[in-house]
Parts: sequence; structure tokens; C-alpha cells
Amino acid sequence: MFARKNGNGGAAGTNGFLIELAGIRKVYRTGALDVEALRGIDLAVRGNEFIAVVGPSGSGKSTLMNILGCLDTPTEGSYLLRGEEVARFSPDRLAETRNRHVGFVFQNFNLLPQITAYENVEMPLLFRGTGARERRERVERLFEQVALLDRMKHRPTELSGGQMQRVAIARALACDPDIILADEPTGNLDSGSGRDIVHLFEELWTGGRTILLITHDESIAKRTRRIVQLQDGKVVSDEMT
Amino acid sequence: MIRPLLIARLFRRSVRIQRKRMTLTIMAVAWGTIAIVLLLSFGEGLKRSMDTGRKGLGSGILVLWPGQTEKAYAGFPQGRSLHFLPEDPRLLEKSIPEIEAISGEMIRWGTQLVVGRTVLNKKLTGVEPIFGDLRAHVPEPGGRFLNELDQRQKRRVIFLGTELKKDLFGEEPAEGKRVLVNGAPFTVVGVMREKRQMGMYGGPDEDHAAIPLSTFQALFGDPYLDDMVVKPRDPNRAEHVKRRINEVLGAKYRFDPEDSRAVRVWDTIENARTFLKVMFGIEIFLGIIGGLTLLIGGIGVANIMYAVVKQRTQAIGVQMALGAFRSDVMGPIVLEAVVITCVGGAVGIAAGWGIVQGLGFVQGHVESPAMEFIGRPTFSLPIAGVTVLILGMTGLLAGYFPSRRAASVQPAEALRHE
Repeated sequence: MFARKNGNGGAAGTNGFLIELAGIRKVYRTGALDVEALRGIDLAVRGNEFIAVVGPSGSGKSTLMNILGCLDTPTEGSYLLRGEEVARFSPDRLAETRNRHVGFVFQNFNLLPQITAYENVEMPLLFRGTGARERRERVERLFEQVALLDRMKHRPTELSGGQMQRVAIARALACDPDIILADEPTGNLDSGSGRDIVHLFEELWTGGRTILLITHDESIAKRTRRIVQLQDGKVVSDEMT
Repeated sequence: MIRPLLIARLFRRSVRIQRKRMTLTIMAVAWGTIAIVLLLSFGEGLKRSMDTGRKGLGSGILVLWPGQTEKAYAGFPQGRSLHFLPEDPRLLEKSIPEIEAISGEMIRWGTQLVVGRTVLNKKLTGVEPIFGDLRAHVPEPGGRFLNELDQRQKRRVIFLGTELKKDLFGEEPAEGKRVLVNGAPFTVVGVMREKRQMGMYGGPDEDHAAIPLSTFQALFGDPYLDDMVVKPRDPNRAEHVKRRINEVLGAKYRFDPEDSRAVRVWDTIENARTFLKVMFGIEIFLGIIGGLTLLIGGIGVANIMYAVVKQRTQAIGVQMALGAFRSDVMGPIVLEAVVITCVGGAVGIAAGWGIVQGLGFVQGHVESPAMEFIGRPTFSLPIAGVTVLILGMTGLLAGYFPSRRAASVQPAEALRHE
């Protein structure tokens, strides 16, 4: 039911990896003080992996996600997405890459509150330039998948936390991305809704999707297939479970 | 890459979300536009009113009075008074081809005019037929100004100023009626059409009467002209004509052509130039005030757009994360500012135009000298053009700078923004 339309794991790079990070450093310049958030990250992700990135706060998890999601560019190092060097992309090319290849799920949902759930999910398709009829079909199918067909016309503020996160997941799936990046997706949810969301991610993974979760929660991390542990901007362990 | 359809769609959505704020901003711009339209219209009206008033004296003319010499010349001392003879206009006309028309004028103050039981003492002027054209003495329908035959045959005909006619005859038609001038009967041949006159020498034209110069001489025996009215063919050659007049009269009356006091000249052409410059200055001044008012509206729009960008920072971050191009973020903001100024401007221009028409209507029905002098505010195409230009610039600038800030939003940071 959640299978990708176009095969298993999407197009990968030359050596079979969807994502390859090599020696990624990220330095934030805040006034006189330089903060080194990432100090040389090497990470390779294949299609249809289910990964948890864990680590204490300040370890660089969110910075890593921003770089993976092309929201930010590394200070140093190489990032190959589907075999292409992202660091050299223009802002508009990065936007296009985010639109086509990355789906985001945030801890605070980041749904636009003034428009309906339907319009929120439709938005990436608008930016992609999808035609009106295809857009409608696709958005309706996505709502069906996250079991919220009856809430389509509601505003996000009229939905529960769990429902909002399901809308956000539908939005992340809208353009059929190669990877879904989820930053603490259950952080703002009660345990019941959190479990539902994790279950949804599992279903997506079995359907062939590649998912990378950032989480504090050990129990959630254990349900993934690979746990990458960060500390002080470095990968300290990378294990299959 | 710019995607107009998408931008229009995002813009429509933002209109839907913040209709009230947009309406208020549009009203602010409309207010500024009304201010600029009214100021410019009043300026234009004042200019036109002053212009007609100025032309009441006659346009493009020089008035010459005999003066006193300032310099000793050819054996004559300084301080010698000059007199113009009745044949001097012919001499000037013959000697200076640049003169289009010239008329001598003799004036008598306190001449007795009698019609029935009405006795008035008024200014009487003796002039040549061309004076009517030179000094804007346009007859009312049914009458005429003095003509060549009157002049040649020394006819006892009289042309009355508007007010003078009312004083003598009331609302009755005067043409063909009789007026006693110092006891001699004269026939009224015409009455001056009502005119507004700002420049004058010896009182307003509406309050005097004109008779042929030849008749005037025969009646009163005056040997000298009081003044001459000259119209150069080309207003730009007025300086040359003035110099030539001094040369010709200087040769006849033996004064230095460089003497500036021998013939006193009122150059209405020069005055008109100055007047136009002053009016242009006033219009610019009014325009600047209006422009500043509009600028305040524009700053208001820009301010609100900045506030919108700040308020929407997170939303902009979300849109960027979902794949919005820079132009998708900037476009709707620029479009919003432009639409606000355009709609506000259109409303303002329409309202301003309405007010101007309304005032014109009121003025048409209320008699008031002050209203008449202010002039009828006039809305003209250049005014609309200037307003639209200023509005367009304001809109673009008010949208462009905030939108640049929006496009410079770093998505990663914006998403953390709460």
C-alpha cells in the first residue's frame, strides 16, 4: 500500500548508494565564536534503509539532517545525492532537489496554519508544477493512505497532534521522494500517537521507502534497522540492529 | 525561473488569508493618492485661473509710457520729459517690421457719462481700432469694438466696459443707445464681454469706456498720447523690439537709445515668463507635498510587507523546504505590494476625480470671489500620469525590498523560528 511507484529505493549513485557523505564539516560563525557542529561525518545510505540517528542534544543531529535535506550546505566535504555533488548546486537547484528527492517530517509539524490540510499536502506538488487533476488525485490518495480522508478540509489547528503529523507525512510523500527525513517526529506527541506514527514509518519502510529518523527515544531507535550514534559532531557508532 | 501562475495562486491564497490587512493598506494608499490628486488639481486650477486673469490685460503686449531722460544727450540735459505724439505709432509701425500691431491711447479721468438720470464720472480712453484685439476688449454678442470707419470719420461711438454698462443701463441692452460724454451724445456700439483681469494700469477695463482716438482728440484737444500698446510678431523677439523702439524714438526725440528711463516699458511677455516659472514652481511644490504624502503610504506598505515577511518567516522556510524557488517566495510579496498600490491608487484617483468634479459643481453654483480666484480644480491627464508613475514606483519598491529579505531567509533557520 505504501510502495513507491517507481521501483525500489529510487535511483542510486554509481556505486549503489543513495547518499554518500564524506568528511562533512559544518561550522557556524556566530560573531567571534566559531561553532563546529559537524567534525567530519562519513555516512553512506542505500535505498530502502530504515535508519535512526541518535545522540545527545548538541551532537549535531539536526545539522546533519539539514545538510542531508539540502536545507543547508556543508562548510567542507562532499555530499553525493544519487551520485550528484549537492555542494555545488545553486539555491534554486537545491530547492528543486528538496522538492523531488527529499520529504521532511518535523517535530513541530511545520504545517501552514492558515490553509487547509489538503492545501498543505498539495503545496509540494504546486512547487513541482504538477497539473491540477493529477494533483487532486494524488493528494486524495495520500489522505487515504494516512487515513485522514475525512479531515482534508480542516485547518491544521483543528486537528490533533497525531493527525497533524500524519498530514505532515502525507505532505512529505507528495512528490514521491527518495528519502524521508524525520526530525524527532514523535517529540511533540503523546505515546499513543507516537506509536501510530512509528508504525506508519514501518509500513512506509516495508513499502520500499528509505527513512532516516532523528530521535532521542531508545525504544523508537530499536525499531529501526540501523542506528547511527553521533557525539560532538562525529559518528561514534554505526550498527545494524 | 519565474512561474507566474504559481505566483498568482500563492498571492490569491495570501489575499484570502489576510483580507482585512490588505483592505486597510489599500485605504492608506488611496488616501495618499487622493491627497496628491487634489493638490495637483488645485495647482492646475490655480494656474489656469491666474492664466486667464493674466490674459485679461491682453497677451504678448508691451505698454510704453513716456518717461524722463536719465542721460544728457546731444546737447540736451538729463531729466527732460518726453511726450508721445499721436503719429508716433505709425512711425514705429513703419520703422520696425517686427511689430505686429500698435495702438496709441489717450486717457481722461473723471469724464462725465450721462444716461437718463444716471450721472457717472469715469475713466474715458481714446484708442485705435486695433486696441480691442491688443487689450482683450471682446464685445458681447450683438455689439462690436470701434472700427476703422469710426476712427477715420471721428464718429461719436462708444464701447463700454462690463461693469460700467451695468451701472449705466442695468440689465437692459445698451447697444444702439445714447450716452452723453461731457454733454456730447455718443452711440453705444458694443459692451465688453465679462473677463477676469489681473494686470492693469489705471483701473480695470470693465470700469472704463473707449471711444475712437480721433474723436477723443477732436473732443478734448489733447496733443499727446498717454501710452502706446505694442504687440511684437514673435514674443521671443520682444527684447529686440524694445531696443528698436528706443532707437527710433531716440532718433526722433533726441535721447540716448541706451537710456532706460526715457521710455518706460511694461513687458507683459517677460512677466508671463516669470509667472509661468512661478506657477511651475508652485506645481512642483504641490507635487512634492503630494508625493511625500504618497511616500508615507508607500512606506506604510513596505513596513507592512516587512512585518508580513517577519511573521511568515517560518512559513517561508516551510515553502523553501518543500521546494519553492526564490522567485516563488519573492513573487507573491512583490505582487501583493503592487496590487495594493494599484488598487489603492485607482480608488484614490477615482475618489480624487470625484471630489474635483464635485467642487467644480459647487463652484458653478456658488458666487464667491475667493472660490473664483482659487480657480476650478482641474484634473488633467498629466496629473493622472504623474500619480500613476509615482504609485507604480512606490509599489515596486515597497514590494521589492521586503521580498528580498524573504528570499534571503535561510530555510534551516526559518524552520526553527517559532
